[in-house]
Amino acid sequence: MRYDSIMSLSHLQKLEAESIHILREVVACSERPVMLYSIGKDSSVMLHLALKAFYPGPLPFPLLHIASGWDFAAMLAHRDMMVARHGLELIVAHNAEAAAAGINPMDTPTPVYTRLMLTDTLKQALADGGFDAAFGGGRRDEEKARAKERIVSVRGEGQGWDPRNQRPELWRLYNPMLHKGESLRVFPLSNWTEADIWEYIAAENVPLVPLYLAAMRPVVVRGGMLLLLDDDRLALRPGEVAEQRMIRFRTLGCYPLSGAVESTAATLDAVIAEMRVSTMSERIGRAVDHDPTASMEKKKKEGYF
Amino acid sequence: MAAAPVLGLPLVRVITCGSVDDGKSTLIGRLLYDAKAVTADQMEALAADSRRIGTQGAALDFALLVDGLSAERDQGITIDVAYRFFASERARFILADCPGHEQYTRNMVTGASTADAAIVLVDARGGVLTQTRRHTILAHLLGIRHVVLAVNKMDLVGHDEAVFARIAADFGAFAATLGLGDVAAIPISGLNGDNITLNSARMGWYQGPTLMEWLEQVEVTGLLEAEGLLEVKGLGAAGGGLRFPVQWVNRPGPDFRGHAGLIVGGHVAPGDDVRVLPSGRQTKVARIVTADGDLPQAVAGQSVTLTLADDIDCARGDVIVAAQDPAQVADQFEATLVWMADDALLPGRAYWLKLGTQTVSATVAVPKYRLNVDDGSHLSARTLELNGIGVAAVTTARPIVFEPYCDNRDMGGFILIDRQSHATVAAGMIHFALRRSQNIHLQASDVSPAMRAAALGQQPAVLWMTGLSGAGKSTIANIVEARLHALGRHTFLLDGDNVRHGLNKDLGFTEADRIENIRRVGEVARLMLDAGLIVITAFISPFRAERAMVRAMVPEGRFVEVFIDTPLADAEARDVKGLYAKARAGALKNFTGIDSPYEPPEAPEIRIDTSALSAEAAADLIIARLLG
Ligand SMILES: Nc1nc2c(ncn2[C@@H]2O[C@H](COP(=O)(O)OP(=O)(O)O)[C@@H](O)[C@H]2O)c(=O)[nH]1
Repeated sequence: MRYDSIMSLSHLQKLEAESIHILREVVACSERPVMLYSIGKDSSVMLHLALKAFYPGPLPFPLLHIASGWDFAAMLAHRDMMVARHGLELIVAHNAEAAAAGINPMDTPTPVYTRLMLTDTLKQALADGGFDAAFGGGRRDEEKARAKERIVSVRGEGQGWDPRNQRPELWRLYNPMLHKGESLRVFPLSNWTEADIWEYIAAENVPLVPLYLAAMRPVVVRGGMLLLLDDDRLALRPGEVAEQRMIRFRTLGCYPLSGAVESTAATLDAVIAEMRVSTMSERIGRAVDHDPTASMEKKKKEGYF
Repeated sequence: MAAAPVLGLPLVRVITCGSVDDGKSTLIGRLLYDAKAVTADQMEALAADSRRIGTQGAALDFALLVDGLSAERDQGITIDVAYRFFASERARFILADCPGHEQYTRNMVTGASTADAAIVLVDARGGVLTQTRRHTILAHLLGIRHVVLAVNKMDLVGHDEAVFARIAADFGAFAATLGLGDVAAIPISGLNGDNITLNSARMGWYQGPTLMEWLEQVEVTGLLEAEGLLEVKGLGAAGGGLRFPVQWVNRPGPDFRGHAGLIVGGHVAPGDDVRVLPSGRQTKVARIVTADGDLPQAVAGQSVTLTLADDIDCARGDVIVAAQDPAQVADQFEATLVWMADDALLPGRAYWLKLGTQTVSATVAVPKYRLNVDDGSHLSARTLELNGIGVAAVTTARPIVFEPYCDNRDMGGFILIDRQSHATVAAGMIHFALRRSQNIHLQASDVSPAMRAAALGQQPAVLWMTGLSGAGKSTIANIVEARLHALGRHTFLLDGDNVRHGLNKDLGFTEADRIENIRRVGEVARLMLDAGLIVITAFISPFRAERAMVRAMVPEGRFVEVFIDTPLADAEARDVKGLYAKARAGALKNFTGIDSPYEPPEAPEIRIDTSALSAEAAADLIIARLLG
């Protein structure tokens, strides 16, 4: 029988197959996996891959959303739509105590805010759920510190990352063995780039929060960033004016910390075309990352994803 | 995504190897820059960093683009494998950046394990050095078939053709001794960007491809090989029969049983005759299931779910293979090992071996030789230390499904994991089987262990007593056997008396001999278990790793570890045989508890506290737990 031996897989096909392989390996080797679901584009691709990996069965793990209380309303709507459509199990973790104490993204220094509302909440939720493996949507092309992250990365008791003590990762062989108190962070999208993510979303029709596509939206310019007036909690300061602009987001987090970019790209193809000529890396829009260089490494050591 | 037509670009994985200061970081920075994989904000940071800590005065120091972690940045070195991404019009690249320090062999091996191509970098002023040979040997060892020599810093030798020609010839001669066939050489300047993505005006005498052009053709060459249009040396995935390691059984309901995995060799279509190894059972493929619909065929590299025509046993760790062209099954191999841990290899000690989706207990013999990676010569060795590479026999507790590494990386590459620390301690590449399980290909043995156990009307088990000398293991073991026998059970007691005087009379009490002692006892216990017996053993068996090895040899749930827990002071006070006194006097060497350690079980199935229970009560408890 002659089969199409010359048929070679494209980069997206290879990346998809590899990510599915990783998802299955970890599910087969861990007792209680969970998937971090931030509702952004990377999370959306990761969820799409997971649904494929375990088809025709249901997802063999719950989704975990770390809700800061300042999520874009459109993200929550998208999340609930996906959960209903696929019958997913969703855990929402929120640091109500810190919120009640008045911690918020406008007044609290960003590093403190992200630690309390995101990092600590995440660590607490992982510990509470007894999860021994957590999938995250991190990519190696995002940041220099991530370039050296393993696909399957062991975290110690405090869930911190020790860049000097990582297991070598060869071939497709992951070492998932743990001692008590240790857990795995797993990055199935490690080898994807931002361009791959967008091309895949377009090729596969991956459902996406509409905020990624340009539209006229109410914004305010603050600290050089374009902030969406998503609800009335983002009060205008003296001298600030609300205006309508054609904007979209390259990355989504807490709305008072996520800067939009002005754009007319209202379709996926237009977004991809814009990205090809764009010269800004995506994290530029994320206030969380406006710390000194190499700060991602510090955050990872503390247990951030 | 699974369905044709092919979308997008070929994906090529590359590693770069070079010694410190050959200009590797600069070259990679330049590749990223020329491939427009550097964004404006990264350029800004680069410019700022270049002024602050750069080595190029006012100019950009591309090396700073790629140096990742702050600790190593401060030291000015690269300490681990980092992955970079860039694309050209014709291909997408994932580049593993491997440091050139000699103590980091393991990083290069890690990066090389997934690479299709290697860029070996030399400084034009120094030419081919020991390190160059070392990197090339490693690339070859890991099965990289496309190697290019990038002769860097041509600007510092006046762009002289003769210098380049001499280095290229040197390298070609060396590569030929390795059997590395066709290697390319390209004269470049990473600093100035000559022959990286653009042909160099300063080296008009060079007519060959730029580095980028060479990288772009890697996948094309691979395709021609797969098609049989090019001579293939030890190839992989695309040719040959189906290799499908089962990762996970998908059973959403009673009507569907799918085997999920990634095809690592060959191709598959519904109706194909396949075998499930290692059992050897034969069936046909029913469907190739994906979320995008059933496929008419699938090839190496795809993740799919296969359903089988017959309802036969097939679980994670099994490999579905082409019936006409099956993989091999064996439990002893010759393999090359790259040692990656600070603790040296301990021959005879049990490690976990992971190959594909199979995880088994395995031991490594004393190495046949150690490889001198500087020149390829063989040195004698008793062990392997961090970054040591050697060839040794590896024995697995159960037969595994494999292929030589040179034929298929996924079927022949494995890692060893320390059973205590869980560290990945070694990478291995199988050469060939030393002892084949040929008959396994035919049919599974007609009378199975389950049938033998059923004939005896009992559940076989191994009751493994462990504890200090004088703890009461033999006493309790004897009572247990007597009672089980009285209850009509079929038993056998293995202890020092019937083993040390016969089967193991050639063994002493060194650590290595103790390990071998337990290994043999484990093998005998396993045979008796297969015969349907309840096996009772009474050995000090002081090391966790060896007890774990025996546990792994027998089917899940059949190993019952019984910890006879007696404080050392009590055992020594009893000293029935006067052995502790002799050991204390120095007349007995390597005595457990005195000058050799006892590692108590962390989670034994049964723990007997002899200070609270009599031997009879202990035996009752054990029997109640066994039969209850
Ligand atoms: N003249 C010249 N210098 C180079 C070239 N490539 C790298 N260098 C210099 O060589 C030194 C070491 O380069 P680097 O990229 O840090 O080397 P690595 O240790 O291999 O990563 C630096 O001072 C570079 O600027 C080149 O093509 N020509």
